[in-house]
Amino acid sequence: MLIRFFYMLREAGVKTSVTELLTLLAAMREGLAGTSVDQFYFLARASMVKDETQFDRFDKVFAAHFQGIEQAFAELTAHVPEDWLAHVASLSLTEEEREKIESLGGFDELMEALQERLREQEERHEGGNKWIGTGGTSPFGVGGFNPEGVRIGEQQGGGNRRGVKVWDRREYRNLDDSVELGTRNIKLALRKLRRFAREGAADQLDLDDTIRSTARNAGYLDIKMVPERHNAIKVLLCLDVGGSMDDHVRICEEMFSAASSEFKHLEYFYFHNFVYESLWKDNRRRHSERIPLSEVLNKYGPDYKLIFVGDATMSPYEIVYAGGSVEHWNEEPGAACIQRLLNAYPKAIWLNPEPVQRWPHTPSVKITQELMEDRMYPLTVSGLDQGIKRLQ
Amino acid sequence: MSDQRFEGTKNYIATDDLMMAVNAGVTLQRPILVKGEPGTGKTMLAEEVAAALGKPLFEWHIKSTTKAQQGLYEYDAVARLRDSQLGNEKVHDIGNYILKGSLWQAFEADSQPVVLIDEIDKADIEFPNDLLRELDRMAFTVYETQETISARHRPIIIITSNNEKELPDAFLRRCFFHYIKFPDEGTMAKIVDVHFPDLKKNLLREALNCFYQVRETPGLKKKPSTSELLDWIKLLLAEDIPPEALRSEDKSKAIPPLYGALLKNEQDVHLFEQLVFLNRANR
Repeated sequence: MLIRFFYMLREAGVKTSVTELLTLLAAMREGLAGTSVDQFYFLARASMVKDETQFDRFDKVFAAHFQGIEQAFAELTAHVPEDWLAHVASLSLTEEEREKIESLGGFDELMEALQERLREQEERHEGGNKWIGTGGTSPFGVGGFNPEGVRIGEQQGGGNRRGVKVWDRREYRNLDDSVELGTRNIKLALRKLRRFAREGAADQLDLDDTIRSTARNAGYLDIKMVPERHNAIKVLLCLDVGGSMDDHVRICEEMFSAASSEFKHLEYFYFHNFVYESLWKDNRRRHSERIPLSEVLNKYGPDYKLIFVGDATMSPYEIVYAGGSVEHWNEEPGAACIQRLLNAYPKAIWLNPEPVQRWPHTPSVKITQELMEDRMYPLTVSGLDQGIKRLQ
Repeated sequence: MSDQRFEGTKNYIATDDLMMAVNAGVTLQRPILVKGEPGTGKTMLAEEVAAALGKPLFEWHIKSTTKAQQGLYEYDAVARLRDSQLGNEKVHDIGNYILKGSLWQAFEADSQPVVLIDEIDKADIEFPNDLLRELDRMAFTVYETQETISARHRPIIIITSNNEKELPDAFLRRCFFHYIKFPDEGTMAKIVDVHFPDLKKNLLREALNCFYQVRETPGLKKKPSTSELLDWIKLLLAEDIPPEALRSEDKSKAIPPLYGALLKNEQDVHLFEQLVFLNRANR
């Protein structure tokens, strides 16, 4: 039973491992879950899910699996589901409502119908007039308009909460993320770009030098200090924003947050679709506060590594023709601008969040790839790895 | 094996799922990882678990410069070097210069201790990996003296994280996990009740209303949390503010009094004032 549950969790994308399943089983052997489904739910969640963004997925799988367990329970202790249903109903029905239900054929019949539908229904449902869900007119569900409706889940039972409700509320809904790359992976990839150098205040003991100096000092202690080692790598990050990049906001944010915590010397600029004669640092004031490309080139030396992040998906005119920009009149074609950047910063890569398979079908990606001399990598862990190697 | 169960204390309201995570960790002797918004009582949990189960508490607060080694021990080479210059007898025993860290102290405790590793996400990204073996075996070797220290009683380990960095999978696999979600109004009323037992009922209701309204303000950088609510109520009591003053229907006083305790960021205060102003103009 639990093995199937375990595989269902893995299929649903909850990253749980055998160790965790064994932990759960060990905890159950210790009698931690007792006989309560609620307690089992909490125990299973605490031992198998280690990320609150995955609680929602876990809840969904648990609810789906519970359907099966419910039947198993029905065979073992025939009264459990009824008890649960009656409890749900007693929580939400007033006496008047019960009378109305009687008029519709009786409470028991309604309960039977409810059970029937619980079995028939496979997923959470909203609207409509038959299935149990939210906002509908069926007698079963939440937030509907049928006066004799039965409220399923989402009921605050004050400490007396029953099984299904806890996971049916699915409170962790909007935390769910389906991104493949976590910032941790990005950080680990960016880490390879580290190059340590000592600068700043001397606050660490230099053991080698201390020993050498002490020996020279006829054995009398002569302590030598050195500054701490810092990551001295310098990075210029140019990010494409708006338009087709809206689909990739999440991963770009992650890349950006990982990079900003990893590099001490990180300068970032935004551009739209392609690099032209000016960039900006604040998207809200991008029309008023632009930074000319020449200023960037003069301000940051050639020791900076240049990383573009963009999907390079646009009309080819936007790259190769003067005046091709969708936003303004550019005196120079984008290709010339990027060439200038690439001449100034020999170490440069382009990270593309679009999947590699789609690249050959977009002419602008091809052009960009040629301009970048094939230094375009997908924005994935392995792509980032290759790109970083190229930057070293 | 412990037969004790944690069920909250008179100062700490624990939800069912939190109790389950703690009890599972205590019974199976695995670390408990607690995440959640700042100010929801993550650090307090360890103190309260220790108090409830009557066990000694060892705290290890992590900073960005903390190394895993520091929790075990540190070898004070400079002190030894200095003593050797002065011809101190202590210098012949290297053991005199080994400083015990929090974990070592906990390993030596006479009864089962509770160890708090606070804000593990503050440390370097490799920090949790460096502790894997120590937390698994509850033992480590002191390189300088070649002795192996193992825990006399496997400690209950509570680890808190603010989610600033993701933790490695291998580390997560070994823990029980609990996310302290923001308490609903019912739980919150209980929490406030525990801290201010003789608070006037209507003041509490108005304060909670007001608090949840502030929390719902869109775009706040730092939403006020439980600890801020408690501070605010303390201030309200100290200033003896009547419950009527908290009602936001009162147009002239639409901003709650002493809001400085709730909003900790000048942009948030500014945003909040603007929204209140807009609200008033619309009426």
